Amino acid sequence: MKISREDVLRVAELAYLDLSEKELETYRAQIDEILEYIGKLNELDTAKVEPMAQVLTDDQTADATLREDLVVPSAVAEDVLKHAPDPEPPYFRVPKVIERA
Amino acid sequence: MPVPQKNNEMTANWTIDGVRDALAAKKIAARELAADFYTRIEARNPELNAYLALSPERARRQADRIDALVAEGKTLPPLAGVPVAIKDVISTRGTKTTCGSKILENYIPPYDATAVERLEAAGAVILGKTNCDEFAMGSSNENSAYGPVKNPVAPDRVPGGSSGGSAAAVAAGLAVAALGTDTGGSIRQPGSFCGVPAMMGSYGRVSRYGLIAFASSLDRIGPFATNVKDVAAIMQVIAGRDPHDSTSTTAPVPKYGEEIGKPVKGLRLGIPKEYFGEGMDGGVRKKIEAGIELYKKLGCQLIEIRMPHTDYAIAAYYIIATAEASSNLARYDGVRYGLRVEDDSLLAMYRKTRGAGFGPEVKRRIVLGTYVLSAGYYDAYYLKGQKVRALIAKDFRDAFAKVDAILTPTSPVPAFKLGERTNDPLQMYLADIYTVTGSLAGVPGISVPCGKIDGKLPVGLQIFGPAFGEARVLQLAHAFEQAGGTTV
Repeated sequence: MKISREDVLRVAELAYLDLSEKELETYRAQIDEILEYIGKLNELDTAKVEPMAQVLTDDQTADATLREDLVVPSAVAEDVLKHAPDPEPPYFRVPKVIERA
Repeated sequence: MPVPQKNNEMTANWTIDGVRDALAAKKIAARELAADFYTRIEARNPELNAYLALSPERARRQADRIDALVAEGKTLPPLAGVPVAIKDVISTRGTKTTCGSKILENYIPPYDATAVERLEAAGAVILGKTNCDEFAMGSSNENSAYGPVKNPVAPDRVPGGSSGGSAAAVAAGLAVAALGTDTGGSIRQPGSFCGVPAMMGSYGRVSRYGLIAFASSLDRIGPFATNVKDVAAIMQVIAGRDPHDSTSTTAPVPKYGEEIGKPVKGLRLGIPKEYFGEGMDGGVRKKIEAGIELYKKLGCQLIEIRMPHTDYAIAAYYIIATAEASSNLARYDGVRYGLRVEDDSLLAMYRKTRGAGFGPEVKRRIVLGTYVLSAGYYDAYYLKGQKVRALIAKDFRDAFAKVDAILTPTSPVPAFKLGERTNDPLQMYLADIYTVTGSLAGVPGISVPCGKIDGKLPVGLQIFGPAFGEARVLQLAHAFEQAGGTTV
């Protein structure tokens, strides 16, 4: 077994994701099978391979992609707040935060 | 071009040029054409479920602009009056954009994606938003919170995914063209399943500003249309640098319309052995072999090549894509937009909102993605995945040192039956076995119709080109289509 029930609980906590008992067991079993499959990557010796995080091209250097820091008008605040679950313009309201549980 | 009869998919034969010619000749008004498409959608959508939302007011305003240009005798823009559909992960100002998720059920973007803006600036009429797997995670469209899409050519089967609604809309004549997104095959595979050409440009070719992110190092926007020339016309409009997307490149955009007509004789086409192994449906194999034979007749040189890391692509992909997704989807927290499930505590509000708002596949991927990034597992999974990604990209570079393009099947199987794979995520993931390689490498790819099994189920031939080799890919697809490849 690659992933335990405790692992799934810990990860769900990290991801702020409520899972039911049934979900917990279903996902554990399915992810276990997927990790088992992913294990085939260990057949490859990658000790000397540089990891590839992004598809980069020559023109995607910082010089090519950074623009000048100009102030441009952006009048979307009202639209944005209109669709918030609990707006208090110009703020978003959230439940009171006192300390981390 | 005659005005198609209403509600008859057999007459849904509008092309981009056909629309422009008919408008210029005043055979139909853009407003009439849009209304006609809405009538068709009304008739077919209850069964197909391809559209999630329609934008008739926006379409009417745009159609009126086009009709005014016609009335004034002005030159019409390249996509004048062309009714198009937009996948629901791409932002449309004022029209609901749900990503196929309950967590964004009532989300109305305050701005347009650059690709949408460019389509409209080129004259296209945005009809509405198409169904898709939740946050583009899936290969069958069955992960949509708003129900699956049915394949218009075989209604007991899936349209493919995740851009299933876009593929189905174009295949059923409910749009002349559509935008989809491709992270591991989500444009090409549904194109293949529904029998329409569908393209993913190089990573960086099309701006993703306004695309709601799934996996940022992989996500790309691209077109579906009824023919390759129209795919090229849409690519022409949406490609090119956008200051709003730092990953969009300044590489010049060739004139695809001129490039596609060039002869393909003498081009070297690589046939990678690894894409023709076990697990491929016999009917698919027959059609792909016939398609490859057709290129021989066109004077292309066929070269057997090796891409030795192909078999590891799915494993690397599901590490990288889920890791990036777990990070991207952290933004859905019930604070700024979308669903909120109330609780007195902030953290409990986060947990409940996300637990209630996300569907099973998205939760599964968030758990897997968080796991592969978590302390103690990062090196074993995420770093390993990135290293194998580098090996897969090298396979492509090595291949393109010897050949001009690569031919493969788009999918090992034709459209499968609804419900057939929903209980087995790994089997579903393996449906992307031939498409994820190009996604990881960042190269462009197209799926072009390559006959139908028993005259019924479409097969797609995939053509990969080197980075920014879109013109070559389109040229080969066009030549194939013109030579009768769609009915091999």
